[in-house]
Amino acid sequence: MNKEKILKIIQKYEGKKGSAIPILQEVQESEGYISKDAIRYISDHRAIPSAELYGIVTFYSMFRLKPEGRHTIRVCKGTACHVSGADNISSMLQTLLDLPTGENTTDDGRFTLLEVACLGCCSLAPAIMIDDDTYGKVESDKLEKILAKYE
Amino acid sequence: MTIKEIKVGMASCGLAAGAESIYTALQDALPKEIKLSKTACIGFCYAEPMVEVIDEEGKSHHYGYLQLRDVSAFAKNEPPEKKLLLSQVHDAPGNKKLARQVKIATRNSGLIDPDKIDEYVARDGYEALKKVCTQMEAQAVIDEIKKSGLRGRGGAGFSTGLKWQFAKDAPGDKKYIICNADEGDPGAFMDRNLLESDPHSILEGMAICAFAIGADEAYIYCRAEYPLAVRRLNKAISDAMEKGYLGENIFGSDFSLHIRVKLGAGAFVCGEETALIASIEGLRGMPRLRPPFPAQSGLWGKPTNNNNVETYANIAWIINHGAEAYASYGIGKSRGTKVFALAGKIKESGLIEVPMGTTLREIIFDIAGGIKDDRPFKAVQLGGPSGGCVPEELLDTPVDYESITKIGAIMGSGGMVVMDDTTCMVNIASFFLNFTQNESCGKCTFCRIGSKRMLEILLKIQAGKAVLDDIEKLEELAEQIIASSLCGLGKSAPNPVLSTLCYFKDEYLAHIEEKKCPAFVCRDLVDYKIDEEACTGCTLCALKCPVKAIEGSLKKPHRIDQDLCISCGVCYEVCRFNAVNRK
Repeated sequence: MNKEKILKIIQKYEGKKGSAIPILQEVQESEGYISKDAIRYISDHRAIPSAELYGIVTFYSMFRLKPEGRHTIRVCKGTACHVSGADNISSMLQTLLDLPTGENTTDDGRFTLLEVACLGCCSLAPAIMIDDDTYGKVESDKLEKILAKYE
Repeated sequence: MTIKEIKVGMASCGLAAGAESIYTALQDALPKEIKLSKTACIGFCYAEPMVEVIDEEGKSHHYGYLQLRDVSAFAKNEPPEKKLLLSQVHDAPGNKKLARQVKIATRNSGLIDPDKIDEYVARDGYEALKKVCTQMEAQAVIDEIKKSGLRGRGGAGFSTGLKWQFAKDAPGDKKYIICNADEGDPGAFMDRNLLESDPHSILEGMAICAFAIGADEAYIYCRAEYPLAVRRLNKAISDAMEKGYLGENIFGSDFSLHIRVKLGAGAFVCGEETALIASIEGLRGMPRLRPPFPAQSGLWGKPTNNNNVETYANIAWIINHGAEAYASYGIGKSRGTKVFALAGKIKESGLIEVPMGTTLREIIFDIAGGIKDDRPFKAVQLGGPSGGCVPEELLDTPVDYESITKIGAIMGSGGMVVMDDTTCMVNIASFFLNFTQNESCGKCTFCRIGSKRMLEILLKIQAGKAVLDDIEKLEELAEQIIASSLCGLGKSAPNPVLSTLCYFKDEYLAHIEEKKCPAFVCRDLVDYKIDEEACTGCTLCALKCPVKAIEGSLKKPHRIDQDLCISCGVCYEVCRFNAVNRK
């Protein structure tokens, strides 16, 4: 945990109302995830109970309590993608990534696989997003080639 | 044709289809005489990547389905005529589609560069705000909006003018306004398109609202999943500040407004306004009891007005053109136009804006070209997880708040997902319930636990393990959840189940009594087998199988390993020799 960076983020929001979520968002952006230590540290400096921060972190889907792989794959599970075979894309990715049971990050830390509610690219269903790149009209046999682009 | 300018459509849909590489290639290939610029989304998402070509007479022509190899043709002033989609001069396939629409909220989408405030201003941008600030009383603005008949475009359909009136009349010198840009309905992308294509129209709408109710601070609560929209909004805000359209003493009046973008953190329930307010305050996004309504006690306990993106996008147009002009569109109590996001098994998916009262059939078949691969239509899902599925026999229903509610769906924010005979309606019901029970904030017991119990029953039906009594249990639970939930999420969570039970009960019965899924979707009820005599050993199915359950070598019959097979049906779909059987 980089205390200095976190302190800077906390100070940026000094005296501003309703800043628990933006602080957590920025800490996650800088640290990659929200660690237990980070929660305690923010709690001490902002006089917000750890339990309340933990409540916020687990309430919103964007927060992670574990580090992510180098690349994040988001499989869209919106309605349009669902009726266009998103489940098969998920199954194919599971097979290709060979994830450890109960985990969503590969052993080598290369990929994290997530399912998300809707990427808003419904006209390109089924869609996936890897880091900031969106891929539309994805076919399961093209996935291997797409993944190869990410080291 | 002599090309004067080419504009590349660069909203999320275009970018995902490869607009960036088309733009870069054009940059290299085009001669200096042809100006290259960017725009956003005109709604023809199915034909992305698209460009708009302006000819020597200033007429516009759109070309779609572009590939990198088409770029050189543009450089030679010979655009590929086969790919012509829309034209102000020639007959083009998309012309009719556009002619059936009335663009008010999306009036600038795909026509201007969203990052250039001057292009917005050139199309009467900030004229309405100027008029309001310099010539109108606050009450007159509200009266105008009331007269237009505009109702909340987020889905609930409450009168916008009345909502503003409540916030204006509430005592207090500090008031807030909020723009709800937390578009969470899976299958809806109208707001994303508006934010990406025309952010200033939303800012102007918000500013007019702030003037009318007497607010000087505003928040746009936007999904973090829309990074491009957030970037464009922030740019638009700082440009508008610089030009004096936002900030202190706007147009020399004593009206001031500061707008901030707040990033959502991913919770569907934050679409509910009291939950959204809690989230801006930095708390868990949990709804609370109303009254007091946010108009009396909202953000930080102050009177607050909250509207959806599309609602704000209509405001400047209404002020510029008058309430009568707006109200001249629509039917009954639903006036004006509505933007719809069409997706699913439809030929021309994308965004359209039509007058209220247009029928579902006109939208799906006349405007969007009908069902993909000309398969039979089964249902159209309206309103996302809070809505319902509408069957073929009700396609002539006009789209307005009252008629849609009457048939068991809701207008919602405007997502329309079309389904064909390959969609299982029990599966769809369980898809939505899975979504809502995941997104339930947990405050109300019936929503938290009841939705979970309903989902369990649906999964049992899908697995072929349910009995007839389970349908009654579903209906009973649905009734209780609706009666005992605080907010819209819980109150509407059973809708997808109730509407499919109402219109597609035969599918539920097939799962329960015959242990069959008529659409061959529910994996526990379908088996796939390869007919070794018909199989040519082309290897296509083995290549496409997501779990590598198909074995066999080239030109030899293939076999499915039943232990590995997940019954997804990909092999059945891709086989060109009808060698895969299912039962």
